[in-house]
Amino acid sequence: MSHHIVEVGELQHQYADGTCAVTSISFRITHGEAVAIIGANGAGKSTLLLHLNGALAATAGTIRIGDTLLTPATVPQIRRTVGMVFQNPDDQLFMSTVAEDVAFGPLNMGLSGAELEARVVAALTQVDALYLRHKAPYHLSGGEKKRVAIATVLAMSPDILVMDEPTGGLDPYARRQVMELLSGFQHTRIVASHDLDMVLELFPRTIILCQGKVAADGPTTTIFRDRELLARCRLEQPLAMQGCPVCREGAKQ
Amino acid sequence: MHMADALVSPVVGGTMWAVSAVLIARCSSRIKNSGNDRLVPLMGVLGAFIFAAQMINFTIPLTGSSGHLGGGLLLAVLLGPSAAFLTIASVLVVQALFFADGGLLALGCNIFNLGFFPAFVAYPLLYKPLAGSSPTRGRLTAAAVIAAVVGLQLGAFGVVFETTLSGVSSLSFSSFLLLMQPIHLAIGVVEGLVTAAVLLFVHRARPELLDGAVSPQLSRSLKPVMVTFLLAALLTGALLSWFASEQPDGLEWSIAKVSGSKELRGPEAGLHSGFAAVQEKIALLPDYAFRKQNEGQMVQAGTQLGTSLSGIVGGTATLLLALCAGFLASRKKSALKGSDAFR
Amino acid sequence: MRSVEGALLDFRQLERLAERDSPLHHVDARAKILATLVFIICVISLGRYQLAALFPFFIFPVVLIAGGGLPVRYLVSKILLVIPFVLVVGIFNPLLDREIVAIAGPVQISGGWISFFSIVLRSLLTVASALILVSLTGFPALCRGLAQLGLPKVFVAQLLFLYRYLFVLAEEAARLKLARDQRCFGGKGTGLASFGTMIGHLLLRSWERAERVYRSMLSRGFAGEFHCPSGSSFGVGDTLFLLGWGLLLLAIRLYDPARLLGLLLTGGVQ
Ligand SMILES: Nc1ncnc2c1ncn2[C@@H]1O[C@H](COP(=O)(O)OP(=O)(O)O)[C@@H](O)[C@H]1O
Ligand SMILES: [Mg+2]
Repeated sequence: MSHHIVEVGELQHQYADGTCAVTSISFRITHGEAVAIIGANGAGKSTLLLHLNGALAATAGTIRIGDTLLTPATVPQIRRTVGMVFQNPDDQLFMSTVAEDVAFGPLNMGLSGAELEARVVAALTQVDALYLRHKAPYHLSGGEKKRVAIATVLAMSPDILVMDEPTGGLDPYARRQVMELLSGFQHTRIVASHDLDMVLELFPRTIILCQGKVAADGPTTTIFRDRELLARCRLEQPLAMQGCPVCREGAKQ
Repeated sequence: MHMADALVSPVVGGTMWAVSAVLIARCSSRIKNSGNDRLVPLMGVLGAFIFAAQMINFTIPLTGSSGHLGGGLLLAVLLGPSAAFLTIASVLVVQALFFADGGLLALGCNIFNLGFFPAFVAYPLLYKPLAGSSPTRGRLTAAAVIAAVVGLQLGAFGVVFETTLSGVSSLSFSSFLLLMQPIHLAIGVVEGLVTAAVLLFVHRARPELLDGAVSPQLSRSLKPVMVTFLLAALLTGALLSWFASEQPDGLEWSIAKVSGSKELRGPEAGLHSGFAAVQEKIALLPDYAFRKQNEGQMVQAGTQLGTSLSGIVGGTATLLLALCAGFLASRKKSALKGSDAFR
Repeated sequence: MRSVEGALLDFRQLERLAERDSPLHHVDARAKILATLVFIICVISLGRYQLAALFPFFIFPVVLIAGGGLPVRYLVSKILLVIPFVLVVGIFNPLLDREIVAIAGPVQISGGWISFFSIVLRSLLTVASALILVSLTGFPALCRGLAQLGLPKVFVAQLLFLYRYLFVLAEEAARLKLARDQRCFGGKGTGLASFGTMIGHLLLRSWERAERVYRSMLSRGFAGEFHCPSGSSFGVGDTLFLLGWGLLLLAIRLYDPARLLGLLLTGGVQ
């Protein structure tokens, strides 16, 4: 299943105002892997993720999804393979009802009629949000918005799932719901997050970004043990790994 | 200023609807053909931005009263004429439907007055040449103020023109004009200053947005739109002058009013004279209901107006009947599927 | 102009009304749009002095409000909001047009007053019909109906985007305004300079949001074509609705039942 491989080579991106958000980033993610990308605010996580399906065009470097090199010609094909859940669900849910929003991607893929309907229902059921289908996106709670945003991407049945801060701003219950969704996927998953406890729990591999560069890439448990590295990258250990007795109880469970 | 449904006649409203619809269709197809599909979400969001920006008020210099952004010129500078026109039109559609500003029939007038002039006249013919490609602070401000003032003056003129042609208001063309233009001069100056302030900020923060990078090929080819406009204007003029001469209800009516001749006829005189004939046969009009002041000319209006007493009695009766129908409909609603009165 | 905050509240309220469930809510948007159009044209085409002829047209809003289970008091309060504007323009009629055209006992009625009240009534009727149309249909369905009636897709898509981000941006603006007003004591600092910067910020944020939205559209395969999800088809009920109202309204317009009834009522006596 080589087409689920993500390969980034010497990626560089400079914004229109001259900000160099990422410089010479390289990594390779294989089929079915769950990889977390962590780093301080402004480290370049979102910028990196936006390249993975061509939402941003690289200033230099290459992106390869499976055997396909990302070029303007292959972008449509790659966008079917790589599903992207954006940081802010308000940017993702732009139609007037939840069902329409979930149908947006499949419609663009040429689906219609009963097949389209089935896709929408299946995606919404998967995130446990079928009851929201006729609602307007702005009437939803934060957790509902997030789950629907995930459904909009699942409806296109991508092979690779990319998410930017999936648990940001959610209450504990909604966070847990999203985490359960994440752990249930068989896809290759690439997730940027500040939620280090979630990373520890769900992602065996971690890449640390620091000022637009890869500062570390390896097994999550190894990386989280290196306090000095974390401090250098303006991060710290997940609460579950810190010395607090209450938290240690939580980690054991 | 928004026109209201109540002040436009169907002919004026319908004509302006047609003109605005042509413009919307043209601009839409132009945007579609430009291949710049990022424009559509941008236009939508900037339309929402105009609403949001209107929530923030500011103190008008020297007066102490507070004002807010109108936004027509700003959109034109940011988006170029076609996209700006559509955006302004969409804002007006939402205002007409939800905020009861203007109305559905007057929508065509409003889109034209508030959208066409800033997007297709004030911006390309005034702001652009005056501001130049790399304007200084002063130059940009001057260009914005002049463009905004002219845009709003034209818009206000449109309102006066359309209102008097419609002939619902008794205000004469000239006195309405004298009422509207000075107010809109002040509004235009303030709008220009605000637009300039925002543009200067954008100029500092994201100068690339002002390069017209969004819709370069849109702002260049103005001619087709201008031609469309001219044709539409000619058509409007022809229709309206016919209307005005046929029905002395518009401009001529105002003039007649001023010069003292009293010819009062509703636009539906034909229909009504028929009714008047029927009515005379029934001859139920009590003599005291109206006084024939000016025998020859007033008969028409008189027969119409003379009915008003009996009309009001009847009207009230039908109103009561309508209310009863509504009351019944709402009571039986649960039991009766499709409670529309006609079924 | 009314405060935009208040208007947004109204916006929410109307939208909630559109979520209600009644037979009228299920009528196809196109039928409702066209019936409303016929209504408005009938009302507007009446002469300026045909005051009484306006009354029978109340049947349209009244029946729709009742049939749709819309809250009367709320709608009336909204409709009354437009009155001041109409008064400003209409009040010149009684001043300029003093021709006495009717005398009812001791009261002399001038043409100006009659046309003044006819302006007010027309406003009430047309504004009511627009509000009812929205309350019974909802904005998205209305847009879809308009698209099916031939409004360009680009324009419809843009209307829907506007609608979608109205609240998001309005809330952003409200936060900005609060932040400024909390630090402005006695009105200082609310001048043009800070206003330009604030609006500028809001503009840039909106712009960036539009860019993110566009990216998210691209990520889901958008290629320049807006697909409207296939709307409902025009059924028998919809046809009946449109035909029924169309004929009724035209009949009212042509045969002025108020006058006929009035003649019957007063005529019988005299
Ligand atoms: N549209 C943009 N224009 C200019 N600079 C940007 C833009 N978006 C992000 N940046 C800058 O790029 C850097 C990386 O941003 P981002 O990728 O959003 O970081 P993260 O997601 O890790 O917080 C930051 O310094 C940020 O200020
Ligand atoms: Mg980020």
